[in-house]
Amino acid sequence: MGADGTEKSKTTYREAMREAIREALRSDDRVFLMGEDVGRYGGCFGVSLGLLEEFGPERIRDTPLSESTFVGAGIGAALAGMRPIVEIMTVNFSLLALDQILNNAATLLHMSGGQLPVPIVIRMTTGAGRQLAAQHSHSLEGWYAHIPGIRVLAPATIEDARHMLAPALADPDPVLIFEHGSLYNLSGELRPPTRPVDLDHAAIRRPGTDISLITYGGSLPKALAAADELAAEGVEAEVIDLRALRPLDDAAIAASVTRTHRAVVIDEAWRTGSLAAEVCARIAERSFYELDAPVERVCSAEVPIPYARRLEEAALPQTADIVAAAHRAVD
Amino acid sequence: MSLARPARTRKATAAPKPAKKTARNRQGPRTAPPADRSAAQHRANLLESLLRIRRFEERCVELYSAAKIRGFVHLYIGEEAVAVGINQALTSEDAVVSTYREHGHALARGIAAEAVMAEMYGKATGCSGGRGGSMHLFDASRRFYGGSAIVAGGLPLAAGLALADRMRGQNRVTCCFFGDGAFAEGEFHETANLAALWNLPLLLACENNLYAMGTALTREHAQTDLAMRAASYGMPAWAVDGMDVEAVEQASRRAVEGIRTGTGPHFLELRTYRFRAHSMYDPDRYRGKAEIEQWKDRDPVNRLMERMRENGEPVDEELARIEQKITEEIDHAVEAAEKAPEEPVENLLRHVTSASTGPVS
Ligand SMILES: Cc1ncc(C[n+]2csc(CCOP(=O)(O)OP(=O)(O)O)c2C)c(N)n1
Ligand SMILES: [Mg+2]
Repeated sequence: MGADGTEKSKTTYREAMREAIREALRSDDRVFLMGEDVGRYGGCFGVSLGLLEEFGPERIRDTPLSESTFVGAGIGAALAGMRPIVEIMTVNFSLLALDQILNNAATLLHMSGGQLPVPIVIRMTTGAGRQLAAQHSHSLEGWYAHIPGIRVLAPATIEDARHMLAPALADPDPVLIFEHGSLYNLSGELRPPTRPVDLDHAAIRRPGTDISLITYGGSLPKALAAADELAAEGVEAEVIDLRALRPLDDAAIAASVTRTHRAVVIDEAWRTGSLAAEVCARIAERSFYELDAPVERVCSAEVPIPYARRLEEAALPQTADIVAAAHRAVD
Repeated sequence: MSLARPARTRKATAAPKPAKKTARNRQGPRTAPPADRSAAQHRANLLESLLRIRRFEERCVELYSAAKIRGFVHLYIGEEAVAVGINQALTSEDAVVSTYREHGHALARGIAAEAVMAEMYGKATGCSGGRGGSMHLFDASRRFYGGSAIVAGGLPLAAGLALADRMRGQNRVTCCFFGDGAFAEGEFHETANLAALWNLPLLLACENNLYAMGTALTREHAQTDLAMRAASYGMPAWAVDGMDVEAVEQASRRAVEGIRTGTGPHFLELRTYRFRAHSMYDPDRYRGKAEIEQWKDRDPVNRLMERMRENGEPVDEELARIEQKITEEIDHAVEAAEKAPEEPVENLLRHVTSASTGPVS
């Protein structure tokens, strides 16, 4: 028990995600997990370690390297009443399954005139920052957020890692969950939710009055670090974690900008056509007259992510870039 | 096996040039199988190539622990006979498409240890200018079309290289390396079909090391006879002992000769084993120590040395000479990589489009 009377336990983002999957498997026999190396290996990021032993190979299914087919099979199983959790190792390989996600999962309900909902959850790792070079460093969640018919989530905290899966499985439509690779080792206390975790609302991770730092996923820790630095300089930044990239919480974005009149949007994807671009457009649409300065963006440089450490660091949004952008807006 | 260059069945617009015997490609592919009198010398050369890969990667492990090398590193240790054997059958005119487990492919192709090591260090002098790292080694001058880190991603590309040669009447072969895991991807099956349909000069070199990361062959394929399945696409296909460099060489020569005579794609299933984990991140929990030890008994380096011994060849002298030469080579490569300049951050946006490439230094 914590001092405030709520139960707390120390855990990691990875374990929180595993616990969420475990809970889903226990509470609903329609739920199963499939993907490459989710069983014997324990998941390429260790998320599903131990689940094969606990639930057996029927429900923890190792697949061959066949992304298009096992994602498509997940969609089919969802049509037939199952509640599949499909793990794609990383967003980079989801491109092989993009056709199934876009042309089947996202469209079947509409094309069938409402007859065929697809209650599937597809999880994958995203992001750069570990010197894995161009083909293993993509941040394509913004592409997926372009697609009507699916919900796109980006849990950035241990709480969201633990509590987003259940409502995602309860959603009758396809839900994509993007887990930034840099977050798995995040550790801390996990509090039980005081209210049901919703999938619709952005969260204020740090309140502030001078500028809004709007971000999601793996960039949240960087934005929080930037807010600390700014605070030391007397600038109170509000940090907004979007949590859901589709649908976007327009009201939360507008409310924050109305409080602070300045905004920096931070997104690890490339700048052009990014989710950051969409957020900027919405600010321009809804909050134009609230702004006291042009909206700033901190995105990745428009280059395939290079291997060399210095080059990679220079390509990705860093805390110092966020601080500098905030200063441009505030000063 | 015929030693003569096979007759061309297609009209050629440009005759392939013989490989230049320069210092640069001294470790590189040769054009003809060794005559009997030089068989001993040839085996010594094979041993050198095997050991170069082995020692290079052993050094990489040390450098990874010392955080000199980062990112994903996939070791080829145990599988060296595949790259070395196949490269014996290829000329410098042929093309190679590789995977993320490619140090062996690159070194066997004749890319200098120095250029590969500098790339592992992420230095400007690396064979990909520090942009690629371990998984993305390239050398256009050697027609080494490099490491693709998307499983099976290199296969369609290799078909295209072969298609261009076919359309231009160039009697060249494209060799594509890929794993047993890649065999499950649609891209393999689509490539096999297309290559057979269009009679493309493509060597499909499937490195069957029995695992795709932690998933054993028997749990990723309903029918584990990969050569048989490849044959169903209408191409010659056979399985080879991938732990025996001479067997690999022989099979590759046969396949490449077939391809050069215009009989279309060939498939080799190289039965091999990786002695190390899938990558530096892999705790290797999915297979038993005993299994690994059993395969180590078939170590391609020892295997070749045994054969040399059986033939009365001076193994120990050769070994001492080779080890010394390779140690110097790798020491030099590490030293050079340590000293090499980093790519200036101002050059971050270089090579995104050809306009941003400028003269390649
Ligand atoms: C399309 C795709 N899916 C998954 C991965 C992750 N991954 C990298 S290597 C690998 C195993 C590939 O096995 P195999 O083809 O047998 O080659 P090996 O590593 O054994 O040499 C996996 C699953 C990837 N890189 N690309
Ligand atoms: Mg394999």
